[in-house]
Amino acid sequence: MAHSPTFDSLTFGDAWVLLRGLPAREPGNPKAVSTETIHASEQADRQRAAWMAAAQAGDQRAYARLLTDSVALIRAVARRQGVAVDALDDVVQETLLTVHRVRHTFDPTRSYDAWLAAIASRRAIDALRSHGRRDRREVHDERAYDMHADRDDASAETERAQQAGRLREAIDALPPGQREAVEQLGLRERSLAEAAEHTGRKTGALKVNLHRALKTLRDRMNGES
Amino acid sequence: MSDAARHEALIDTLGAELTPVRRLPPPWRRALGWLLVVAVIAAVMFMHYGAHTMLHRWAAAPDLGWAACGAVLTAVTAVLAALVLAVPGRPTAWAWLPVPSTVLWIGASGLGCLRAHIPGMPVMDLHGANDCLIFIISFSIPLSGLLIWLLRRACPLRPVLTAVMVGLASAAASASLLEICHNFDAAATDLLMHALAVAIVVAANAAMGGRLLSRA
Repeated sequence: MAHSPTFDSLTFGDAWVLLRGLPAREPGNPKAVSTETIHASEQADRQRAAWMAAAQAGDQRAYARLLTDSVALIRAVARRQGVAVDALDDVVQETLLTVHRVRHTFDPTRSYDAWLAAIASRRAIDALRSHGRRDRREVHDERAYDMHADRDDASAETERAQQAGRLREAIDALPPGQREAVEQLGLRERSLAEAAEHTGRKTGALKVNLHRALKTLRDRMNGES
Repeated sequence: MSDAARHEALIDTLGAELTPVRRLPPPWRRALGWLLVVAVIAAVMFMHYGAHTMLHRWAAAPDLGWAACGAVLTAVTAVLAALVLAVPGRPTAWAWLPVPSTVLWIGASGLGCLRAHIPGMPVMDLHGANDCLIFIISFSIPLSGLLIWLLRRACPLRPVLTAVMVGLASAAASASLLEICHNFDAAATDLLMHALAVAIVVAANAAMGGRLLSRA
């Protein structure tokens, strides 16, 4: 399949933004959004759909290429939803995990980009909401920090103990697989290989479980159910 | 770990645990599965009650027939809309699909209250109307449950909107089933009870189904 020269210099995210008619045109060249570019990005979309079809059948190489290729689009979608730059990568991670979980819902006769953009956009909204909640709950009072003495403060000590207790409870409430990953990798500080040997699980499964557990704990400690 | 490396690590991990998956059948085929269950219940009810009362009501008052058509069409379109909305990337506009048939259903039922009563057929009292409420709600619960179970296999990114479609589909299907054994002429109390039942089913689905679907 021969790609046009325009496409070779175009990243996935750019192509997507171009397709949606956002101001990604070069100032000196108002006709930058040529039909050729759109055609190329449609072709790229079809290529990704084919990769996903292969991944659904278990092709790991096609899957890795597809996911690597998807990161730029996820970032573009999250940025458009108004996610802050420092939170973009969390949205990417969450989206990749969702893609993995619901990969059976993709229909290869349809657009992969539209499918992925819908998931990324939902995860971006989730990120915005959880940030909104956190910002509302946290009070920023600079003077209070300055005037409040930490030393010899019994209430600070109690609060720390309470927080440790809450964390312990949150860890206990995790599903068994996730709890195991936190205990092995986080609390006992075992290496992945040691933990895998000890639990009889694959290192990949441990990593995914740890990632999910940390997300759940973050949500819990930030006051979500 | 830098962000690019973090993504790379996650992609490696996900790739390593990739297993072949069975693709989700298209929404229309899954909708047919659910409608088949409703059709089986209808067939059992027809065997038990026969079609005579229903056809007599429709012949005497065509508006009741139109209302029943509206209810059946609403069940079909709402279940299709729910299943399409549960596939990422499909347009939200699908939620409009059951609107015309819902208008027909509610409009024709409302008109039924305005015309003269069918001679020889009892008009519903409050007790009978209560039975309608119980009938619609008790059939809606398993039908909603089945549909939510089907939807949890997919990925409803708009859980509440999808759950509203679930409520509409199961309430409309239950109202269609009620039509088979409904030996009453339409009256304001009856219409009110139907509307109340549909509202309860839709609201309960939006509240509970939305939550169930958002974790799917």
